[in-house]
Amino acid sequence: MFNYLLRRIVSGIIVLGIVSAIVFGIFFILPADPARLSCGKTCSEEQIVKIRHALELDQTLPIQYGRYLKGIFVGRTYLKGTTAELHCSAPCLGYSFQTDQPVTQLLKDRLPATASIAFGASILWLLLGLSSGIISALRRGTWVDKFSQGVALGAASLQIYFVGLVLQFIFVNKLAWLPAPGYSSPLHYPVDWAKQMALPWITLAFLLSAIYSRLTRAGMIEIMGEDYVRTARAKGLNNRTINLKHVLRGAITPIVTVFGLDLGGLLGGAVITEYVFNIPGLGKLSTDAVANLDLPVITGTVIFSAFFIIVANVLVDLLYAALDPKVRIQ
Amino acid sequence: MSNFLEVKNLSVSFPTEDGVVRAVDNLSFTLEKGKTLGIVGESGSGKSVTSLAILGLHKGSSAEVSGQILIDGQDINAKPETDVRLLRGKLMSMIFQDALAALHPYYTVGNQIAEAYLVHNKVSKSVAKKRAIEMLDRVGIPNPQKRINDFPHQFSGGMRQRAMIAMALSCNPSLLIADEPTTALDVTVQAQIIDLLRDLQKEFNTAIILITHDLGVVAETADDILLMYAGKEIEYGTVRDVLQKPQHPYGWGLLTSIPRLTGDPNKSLAAIPGTPPSLISVPSGCAFHPRCSYVSRVGTACSATIPELLPVTSGAHHLVRCHLDATAREEIFKNQVGPNL
Repeated sequence: MFNYLLRRIVSGIIVLGIVSAIVFGIFFILPADPARLSCGKTCSEEQIVKIRHALELDQTLPIQYGRYLKGIFVGRTYLKGTTAELHCSAPCLGYSFQTDQPVTQLLKDRLPATASIAFGASILWLLLGLSSGIISALRRGTWVDKFSQGVALGAASLQIYFVGLVLQFIFVNKLAWLPAPGYSSPLHYPVDWAKQMALPWITLAFLLSAIYSRLTRAGMIEIMGEDYVRTARAKGLNNRTINLKHVLRGAITPIVTVFGLDLGGLLGGAVITEYVFNIPGLGKLSTDAVANLDLPVITGTVIFSAFFIIVANVLVDLLYAALDPKVRIQ
Repeated sequence: MSNFLEVKNLSVSFPTEDGVVRAVDNLSFTLEKGKTLGIVGESGSGKSVTSLAILGLHKGSSAEVSGQILIDGQDINAKPETDVRLLRGKLMSMIFQDALAALHPYYTVGNQIAEAYLVHNKVSKSVAKKRAIEMLDRVGIPNPQKRINDFPHQFSGGMRQRAMIAMALSCNPSLLIADEPTTALDVTVQAQIIDLLRDLQKEFNTAIILITHDLGVVAETADDILLMYAGKEIEYGTVRDVLQKPQHPYGWGLLTSIPRLTGDPNKSLAAIPGTPPSLISVPSGCAFHPRCSYVSRVGTACSATIPELLPVTSGAHHLVRCHLDATAREEIFKNQVGPNL
């Protein structure tokens, strides 16, 4: 088990290395000059040369990438202008061209908002998706099933920017039940935080729970035909125990897998949700960075979200081992 | 001795899109405590459907069950599911053919046995766990204190079937239905499991219904045999009668198709021609007539009318459903079947 975990972590680090190399490489191919971008509009050729040297853009690609990696693990020192030196401690992902802030700091500042969206919404969509899926499976073929699966199908085919804006129009603009979505610190203003997060949570949960509902329903219906469920009935167990202990337990593994990957993906930035609701999270940071060609921020956010997806994958594998005793032994 | 189990005119049918499947048609039999009834037939002959009906497991499905299933005087078919549920596992229980599929892959063997005990006994979990250890020990699993923490896939095939038996017997049921309990096992393990069932039967005076297509297993263990074909009983009697003086052409076919050590190794085995009928469109008259070699002796009756289940000789407990008359059957058995046995 420990060896397995170690292997997974090492392979995760290798994948991160590959992702960072690709992202780093792509920006070199782009027809944008980082020195010019970092300098502003009124900028002489002389200044650009200086900046190019300060940013070490006059070095070869492998050297630049090597220094970038070194920055992540041990930190690095930039020449600011010609004289002053600027130390960027590990993990250093460079400085934003736009704001001159360290990318690591930007990521740290934006993570809580994204994490708030991801965790809040995930609890909601799990509750909604699992319960409606279970009910559908148990009442298969009845109007309850048809209704809930119809809603699920509809929800799955809608888009966040549509549902999000409609909900915002109704609950914020018309009824004024909720404040405009945004982000407040849950530690200092928990009530505001919950109220501002309510719409992003509901929107995301509405769309994602549809997938979980269908997954739960299909899984449970499949497991209901298993021999071991017949055994459970033959023992004289009541329906509640049969359905929740035996059937759901048999069907839960794929749901956990998808959940882990969804959550990991969201933690890297709920791009559309944050954009629609104007929430200062990682997704908003990356879309803004793309709009401004803020290369260090783009690279940073891509590596950061890749990191979350890889971590989620490793966690899902571990959960698999916890859930399936056959995997545990191997 | 009074009959502990009495099945009267049991019919089970399933409505499907292609028509109604009559899986079991007007079946009647009885079983005393401490005795074993072997139900023998091909796949699709209605054996398993019958056993599920006795456990009341068709309730809540689309199956239509009619007739009476009296266990200890209580009609399982007439009772609502909520009442029958309380009897399952306690009054009657069942072991299944494929123990690997029939045990939950994600729970330990001990957990599953303890669960069966907990449903019907108001005891603490630790008492149920002790019971699980005791039962595993009783069915011959070495080191049960440790093995209760194993998952089904960590057990061998024979051990899994032993664990199933331990689970089924944990509440001391009076009736045990064993649905092909040895089919998926090695021959040596088969013998062990059969011995185990016999020992346990002696110890607890359990009535056992043994469902199988293996005549050898039935010959060793059963007191009575019920031969089924296309959902109907075609021959019913004591093991002695049915195996030594078989009366139905289907039974003759089954018996002559068994390979024998003493036979000529170059002679090909006798097989029953044709295939089992579809239960949606059962052949008219005697369902076996398209595969029967003796139709010419009877004539049109075989395909026109369903033969009655009648005593072989008046007053006998050996029943057969065949249009051949007693003398014809005796003559065929003596001249054509007997020499091949």
